[in-house]
Amino acid sequence: MATYDDRLPPGENPALLDEAVDDPRRRDFINVAAVAFAGVGVVAVVLPLINQMSPAADVLAQSTTEVDLSKIAPGQAIKSQFRKQPLFVRNLTPAEIAAADKVSLSELRDPQTLAERTKEGKKNWLITLGVCTHLGCVPLGAGEGENKGPFGGYFCPCHGSAYDTAGRIRQGPAPLNLHVPEYAFTSDTAVTIG
Amino acid sequence: MSFPWAKQYEPKAPLMRWIDEKLPLPRLAYNAIGAGYPVPRNLNYFWNFGVLAGAALLIQIVTGVTLAMNYAANGGVAFGSVERIMRDVNAGWFLRYAHANGASMFLLVVYVHIARGLYYGSYKAPREMVWLLGVVIFLLMMATAFMGYVLPWGQMSFWGAQVITGFFSAIPGVGETVRIWLLGGYAPDNSALNRFFSLHYLLPFVTAGVVILKIWALHIPGSNNPTGLDVKGPQDTVPFHPYYTAKDAVGLGVFLLVFAALIFFAPNLLGHPDNYIEANPLSTPAHIVPEWYFLPFYAILKSFTADFILPAKLWGVLAMFGSILLLFFLPWLDNSPVRSANYRPTYRAFLWVLLADVLLLGYVGGAEANARNVILGQIASAYYFAHFLIILPLISASERPRPMPNSITEAVLEKHAGTSPTKTAMA
Repeated sequence: MATYDDRLPPGENPALLDEAVDDPRRRDFINVAAVAFAGVGVVAVVLPLINQMSPAADVLAQSTTEVDLSKIAPGQAIKSQFRKQPLFVRNLTPAEIAAADKVSLSELRDPQTLAERTKEGKKNWLITLGVCTHLGCVPLGAGEGENKGPFGGYFCPCHGSAYDTAGRIRQGPAPLNLHVPEYAFTSDTAVTIG
Repeated sequence: MSFPWAKQYEPKAPLMRWIDEKLPLPRLAYNAIGAGYPVPRNLNYFWNFGVLAGAALLIQIVTGVTLAMNYAANGGVAFGSVERIMRDVNAGWFLRYAHANGASMFLLVVYVHIARGLYYGSYKAPREMVWLLGVVIFLLMMATAFMGYVLPWGQMSFWGAQVITGFFSAIPGVGETVRIWLLGGYAPDNSALNRFFSLHYLLPFVTAGVVILKIWALHIPGSNNPTGLDVKGPQDTVPFHPYYTAKDAVGLGVFLLVFAALIFFAPNLLGHPDNYIEANPLSTPAHIVPEWYFLPFYAILKSFTADFILPAKLWGVLAMFGSILLLFFLPWLDNSPVRSANYRPTYRAFLWVLLADVLLLGYVGGAEANARNVILGQIASAYYFAHFLIILPLISASERPRPMPNSITEAVLEKHAGTSPTKTAMA
């Protein structure tokens, strides 16, 4: 079973010995196949090394939070936690709802209506993450007596981003409205976040 | 490598000869930092700062390894373990203050070292690789310093981690995914603290490896000098040991005096009181500022307040990283064949303006973000980029350099004795 590979001294160009050399040569094919196979092995090993940095199961397990709304009076807000991040739950007054509805969408950096940011029939419950969309500080305005900023919603002290009564960005460096997490009302006075 | 007249290592003791045959490590050290490395004879004290940076790295590694023996990287106990180091561990307060202030000393020394390189043209051919490796070390240092600052798990630690990892969420599309992957959660927590500790321990050794590469790259052309002239012969150099080991020892003494003054008399001068409050994910400190050595870059980040094609936040992050990555291109932005600013009057004037600009950025970075400071920061940021991208290429194309001496030796003799060899031997 002699092939030209067997006749070929190391380092010689096979084309000089035999015009009818396959392209690619069998040896080239074996080299490529062997390196490719090792490459698959490297990827298989690297993936878990990278993926170990993604949120672990116990971190993901904290991804639902239940909030009792019965004790939040109109005009009040509470701070809770969702996935280790601050969560603002705010009971808007009719005046605050009216103020949010009065703004035309064309004035907004991230156009959304209050209705789009709340559940149907529950327009007074504004539930957002308390994480400024600029660089992640906790805005003021949810606690009693905190600075609500020029638009009466939330104000981030870090770089001066101001949010309105619908938690929409109105002024300052933040690019987006305060994030509204997924949630559902389990009863009239209870929501499950996540 | 090195000059042909470099002294050769000749071990006399039989043991040293035996070692030299089997593993020529003493020979390597002799050629790298001993009498076997010929150095220009005219170096001034600014050439101390490379050795001082090496000393600072060593101090950080020694104090850091011993601190790690007493520290626990868990969100529940990290803050307490640092307080235990301060109160209960024998000499723990000394180790921690030395490590925290050692970081400031390291960055300070490195900033002077970078400024030295800019002034005397040390980034130019044939030393481009030395400069590039230096920028790599600077980036590694910044990452290490940031992650180290997170470890005490105080308020500034936590919110610093939140803000810095928030940079990555500015990447369009995948940003938020990348941020969650980096943190191992949705906000800084145990997972983030653990991995920061792991990397904070690893990166100094990576840095030490790059330092070795940098010294290797430096020794091919040899050290630059205040005239920027090439070495022409043995009369231009002296052996590193004992001449510069002695000169560096003087500088090291001054360095240690300043360092000791900080540790023993003002250990918290450069820190923030807020970091003695345990991390609280529900309350942001009123005024988040990074450590002093990051302030100029923080000012550049804060300068972008309006969207322009891309969101303002992304611009800020790009500009901040760009301000450092720009340094990688410096050897090719400045085409002037003259190295030392001593012979480049225009370049020298603009270099002082750049220094003032960076100091102004540092001020703005730490100041409150009111209207005046935002404008100041925007002007200073724009000037920083203009210096490297516009002013520098223009100067190097148009500047007329001052007359230069013919050799290092001539420059030295002119300065000290007044007998110019130009009129004698060299003429």
